[in-house]
Amino acid sequence: MSVDDLPPQPQPEPTLYDRITGVGTSVRRALLIPALAVLSALIIGAFIIAVTDIDTLKIWGSDPGEAFRRTMTGIGRAYKALFVGSLGSTKAITETLFSATPSILAGLAVAIGFQAGLFNIGVNGQMLIGGMAGLWVGFSISVPAFIHIPLAIVAAMVAGAIWAGIAGLLKARTGAHEVITTMMLNFVAIFLVDYLLKTSIFQQPGRNDPISKPAEVTAQFPTLLEGYRLHIGFLIALVAVALVWWLMYRTTIGFEFRAVGFNPTGARYAGMSVSWLYVSVLAVSGALAGIAGVNQVLGLEPYRGLSNFAGSVGFDAIALALLGRSQPLGVLFAGLLFGALRAGGREMQGAAGIPIDLVLVLQALIIVMIAAPALVRAIYRIRTSDQEPTTVISTGWGG
Amino acid sequence: MTGLQLTGITKRFPGVLANDEVDLSVSAGEIVALLGENGAGKTTLMNILYGLYSPTSGQVLIDGEERHFTGPGDAIAAGIGMVHQHFMLVPVFTVAENVILGAEPTKSLGRLDHRKARQTVTDISARYRLDVDPDAIVENLPVGIQQRVEIIKVLAREARFLVLDEPTSVLTPAEVESFIEIVKGLKADGKGVVFISHKLGEALEIADRIVIMRRGKTVAEVKPSEVDEERLAELMVGRPVDLEVHKEPAQPGDVVLSVEDLVVLDHRNRRAVDGVTFQVRAGEIVGVAGVQGNGQTELVESITGLRPSLDGTVGILGADVTTLSPRQIHSRNVAHVPENRQESGLVLPFTVTENIILNSYYEPPISKGIQMDWGEAQKRAGRLVKEYDVRTPSPDVLVSTLSGGNQQKVIVAREVDRDVKLLVASQPTRGLDVGSIEYIHARIVEERDQGVAVLIVSSELEEVMALSDRILVMFEGKIVGEFDESATATEIGLAMLGEAGGDPA
Repeated sequence: MSVDDLPPQPQPEPTLYDRITGVGTSVRRALLIPALAVLSALIIGAFIIAVTDIDTLKIWGSDPGEAFRRTMTGIGRAYKALFVGSLGSTKAITETLFSATPSILAGLAVAIGFQAGLFNIGVNGQMLIGGMAGLWVGFSISVPAFIHIPLAIVAAMVAGAIWAGIAGLLKARTGAHEVITTMMLNFVAIFLVDYLLKTSIFQQPGRNDPISKPAEVTAQFPTLLEGYRLHIGFLIALVAVALVWWLMYRTTIGFEFRAVGFNPTGARYAGMSVSWLYVSVLAVSGALAGIAGVNQVLGLEPYRGLSNFAGSVGFDAIALALLGRSQPLGVLFAGLLFGALRAGGREMQGAAGIPIDLVLVLQALIIVMIAAPALVRAIYRIRTSDQEPTTVISTGWGG
Repeated sequence: MTGLQLTGITKRFPGVLANDEVDLSVSAGEIVALLGENGAGKTTLMNILYGLYSPTSGQVLIDGEERHFTGPGDAIAAGIGMVHQHFMLVPVFTVAENVILGAEPTKSLGRLDHRKARQTVTDISARYRLDVDPDAIVENLPVGIQQRVEIIKVLAREARFLVLDEPTSVLTPAEVESFIEIVKGLKADGKGVVFISHKLGEALEIADRIVIMRRGKTVAEVKPSEVDEERLAELMVGRPVDLEVHKEPAQPGDVVLSVEDLVVLDHRNRRAVDGVTFQVRAGEIVGVAGVQGNGQTELVESITGLRPSLDGTVGILGADVTTLSPRQIHSRNVAHVPENRQESGLVLPFTVTENIILNSYYEPPISKGIQMDWGEAQKRAGRLVKEYDVRTPSPDVLVSTLSGGNQQKVIVAREVDRDVKLLVASQPTRGLDVGSIEYIHARIVEERDQGVAVLIVSSELEEVMALSDRILVMFEGKIVGEFDESATATEIGLAMLGEAGGDPA
């Protein structure tokens, strides 16, 4: 029997989890759907710009030609500003990279969890705890920058790893679902940070509000170009992308992570310690989140800890990891895209008067499209293989 | 012309001709067995009949009239019913609720007519002597009864032709017997039945005609009276097949596996293994027979370190391994072919290579420190694919694209391709086709002849009898009988049901 005689084997229907996180998809598919999702989001975004322009809407009845012209100009202006603000100048490009930095790091944290079958919603909390540890190193010791910065980063990684590791231990020991524990630990982290910022260890003397002492100059991330905000954090993010790729595809640990992500039972039968793996996956994820966190205090003015300094980066990271199909390179590109939207959105708000919230709408639309690939396929008439029934039988998070 | 006819069905997938001018017919009151190896095109053909695929060319005729199905709904309306290998039941619903699902009888204002639903189930159940309680919750029912629910579902929609896809592969021997009675009942009532299987004995027993497919073609149509199992196997595989396992008498050596007074709890904390003692020596095959669910799974899991034991000891080559981890036991030259190939033996979204190194990735030469050496991994995979005759276009394809037999070969290759002292194999050939079974059996005997101690667990009595030098029978967690090669199937069968027999070990 030659190879040609091999029968067509039915591919196992991907679970909802696989479809959304993109774990196990091929490169072509990994690029096609996200690209179309972005395109569709921009088109829908154009409609939103059109229907929210009240003044123009009023004249559609009396002068449709003029209304159409104005609408198109409005959309054109907005998207032009979006483009100019993200790529149109050195400043725009550096702002894009600057905004992308924490997103890439946090996105990697979520993606590594997805690859190993874990949903780490607690990246925000891990960023806060990691950031606080890095900040503490940043203002409490005086050493040269080449020691200070790495030390602060290591402290942040350790703290983030421990914070996420708690959820890992709870899962390994008691089976508590990581979605619940990481999410709840977010709240603990938010209020713990608020509390810490008012203790004498952290609080700026003479202040009553939660604000920390400033980090020493030696701990502040140096900028890459004079006069722009872009700093070495971006290079660290690039290194992290490469290291995560190496970890996942070139090491025994990554092999175990992926095996347990695809089939925990199979991994256990092959002699892997599944509970230990859950702890280590979350620890690695938390360490990456820690770098993202320290980036938010040592990478931008005022180099201090403020209440909830992680913002929504950790939650946007979930969307970002989905868009990047949980692949390190995918996360890098998705992070750059989100960074560009953020930077361009600021310009759009200033120059075209479109609220920056439109950017959030665009991000959300992209994710909806990613989560419903069938929708994108239907819109663009991409054919699935032959006439396979497209009914989804298996759904859910796979226990 | 009455009955169901498929004529000249051709189905082409990109790169593969799955069905090539296939003809199949069944008339009312007739049982047709459709035999073929995995991948011969049986499933594709049935999916065409059920409206899931449309054929590239060919016709589906009912009572001589051509029909075009665009989905299962059309097929059902035309009187075709299908009972899938994997049941499509809602576990938390009652039998009656499952039966009406998709065609719910309603009273005014869309209220469900529960009484009518129950009546339907009771009527059909009585008519075909299925003995199913309409109010039972499906998930509490044994697999054999769940299958009857599927059959009732089909009958409730007034199917004239029933397609049963590998119906006996999930049943225990006792369930198979009553299942065969049910199929005969369907026939007596004038239903046309297409019975898909790769079990030759069953096909011979119940079919009026046997149609054999190979590589997408119908290669033969025979009457059961004209053929025997050997001939059927030859037609299926395309070459003479040896159904006998050939082996010399065992020459047992030293004790390799020694299990003493072992007690193991199952996931519901019942004593699944209840004080079991036995030994396996180098160079012998010990088979554990028993109806599934009598503690065999837990016994194997405990020996291989996957499930902790409550009491007793497991020794390998004289050392106590009772509390060791799966990996520690694996490193003591123990190979384990697990019961459920896809669930626990493989990582389906991984490539063949990745699956071949699944339990050796952490050792040199596949890894150096924490870094993997994928070159070495591919070298090993390439060698094993060749040596163990794994039919795959390349070791880099996903293992999920391989047929069941080739998937099993991947596992066997991975497990035995090193210095093995003890081989534990659970259901080593479940769901495999004749050719693969022959191959796997030969490999197991070969391991024995090289001095490996082999423990086989199988719910197929025939398999245990063919392979084993010594047979242990498990019933309700205990070993209730020990037999040598000369024992008859009846003796062992009685012991499997807990009747006295043999000499208790």
